[in-house]
Amino acid sequence: MIKTENLHFAYPTGGDVLNGIDLDIGDSEFVAIMGENGAGKTTLIKHFNGLHKPTKGRVSIDNIDTRKRSVASISKDVGLVFQNPDHQLFCETVEEEVAFSLKNFGYDTETIDRRTNAILETLDLSQYAESSPFTLSGGERKRVALASVLVWNPKHVILDEPTIGQDYQQKDRLRNFILQLVSQRKTVVMVTHDVEFVAECKPRVVLLSAGRVAGDGPAREILTDDVLLNGCSLIRPQISSLMHSLRDLDVSQDIIDVYSARACLVKAYEKVRKCQ
Amino acid sequence: MSIKMFDGFKFTRLSTPIHNMDPRAKFIQTIGFFVAALIFSNVYALLAIFLAQIPLVFVARSTKRWLKSMKGGAMLAILIFVMNFVTGTTFVFALSMTIRFLALISSFSIFFMTTSPDDLGLALQSMRIPYTLCFTFTTAVRLVPTMAVDAQTVVDAQKSRGLELDKGNLLKRIRNYVPILIPLIVNAIRRSVELAEALESRAFGTTEKRESLVTLKMNRLDYVTIVATLTLLAIVVYVSLNVTLPTPEIPIRVPDIWPWKI
Repeated sequence: MIKTENLHFAYPTGGDVLNGIDLDIGDSEFVAIMGENGAGKTTLIKHFNGLHKPTKGRVSIDNIDTRKRSVASISKDVGLVFQNPDHQLFCETVEEEVAFSLKNFGYDTETIDRRTNAILETLDLSQYAESSPFTLSGGERKRVALASVLVWNPKHVILDEPTIGQDYQQKDRLRNFILQLVSQRKTVVMVTHDVEFVAECKPRVVLLSAGRVAGDGPAREILTDDVLLNGCSLIRPQISSLMHSLRDLDVSQDIIDVYSARACLVKAYEKVRKCQ
Repeated sequence: MSIKMFDGFKFTRLSTPIHNMDPRAKFIQTIGFFVAALIFSNVYALLAIFLAQIPLVFVARSTKRWLKSMKGGAMLAILIFVMNFVTGTTFVFALSMTIRFLALISSFSIFFMTTSPDDLGLALQSMRIPYTLCFTFTTAVRLVPTMAVDAQTVVDAQKSRGLELDKGNLLKRIRNYVPILIPLIVNAIRRSVELAEALESRAFGTTEKRESLVTLKMNRLDYVTIVATLTLLAIVVYVSLNVTLPTPEIPIRVPDIWPWKI
């Protein structure tokens, strides 16, 4: 469980970034943190593995205060995948890159080999095992970064902007992979601006604005609330906008994904046809 | 070495006599301190050069940031002291080398904290250095804070993968920095290529003769600084050649049995 109580944080060089955040993220919950640029999303998730310590308030992971543990120790439970993979890749091969964290955590050679091969297979990276990570495309490098964190099987997975630089097919794979993690009872917290991706995944959505929680609820509820979304410089997903523009047809207004929209529109069409 | 050390070399716009000085005068002053620190190896003289810079820090109202640069350099200063001492020099000589290092860091810290990259570029241009070189130099200075932010992100990313920078013996600690340095260097190269392409796309270098909106003009304080620096430098050269300065007697040395003593 990830819990923040009255979390305040300020960088030494600037003003307050987080202004009293209270958040409870339960085990195996899937949460998307959204908000305008500079709202404090990345700063918030850096508290989850102890990279930042609160200037006021408390952050606890599985009921242990992050102040009482080192980053390396918290990281065993909380895997944080950074936004830009180029900030972490340094090894000669993808295989070495993925194995780096396992070596840091002191796993034996056999476990390192087994886990590395398994995660490369899962993320469709086996063919690049011997390649240099620097020769891969942006999307592939992003997957290497993801593999290098998921390889030690952390209980909580934190993803910072995972969809940036991914083509549609990769996004689809990523969505399936995240849902698979959730089904394996892992907590997944994802920071993103991508409303379409969130609409397809339908997690719990936490909206941040100026370092405060502006909204918290199911994706269907939050992503159809124009007042809340406008306040955080976000817009509805396209499907939700379509349903909103067809409100005269008496279609449901809390639909945000293609499949539900299709079913609803077929129903509305049949109703109109019957009336004719 | 902490990444916060870079704050001690970052320009902040303030209105103080040091900030308002002509960059050329400030550069000559910095070079003055630099040369003086290299000429002397006497501990008293080096201490005097170091202490002479402190009033400038106060006048520039940059004490906190200057202390950061000193704190950042402390680790390297300790290393210089230890390396000198264990290889057989006297305690006083090791101390002198450490103070020399701090004096050099301090002089450049004051210069970069109080001189904007734009002024620096203008100063270089006025010395008839080709514009491309001036631009390269000012861009490098301007990118230092960005690199510092990058470095912090890289440290955070590697810590999140279980890297503990302060773990192990000295050799292991140095090796711990490899996962930090490689992404930083790769990113710096990528950024420079992208910057070059962006500049070329915006017609950089097509104008042969450039004109500047702002021109540098020296005032009385600048001339006084230049004259004072050159005079003091002449005295420094004279003293170093003709006067034997006193040295404190601290007969501490590493025992002869140490194998690495030279």
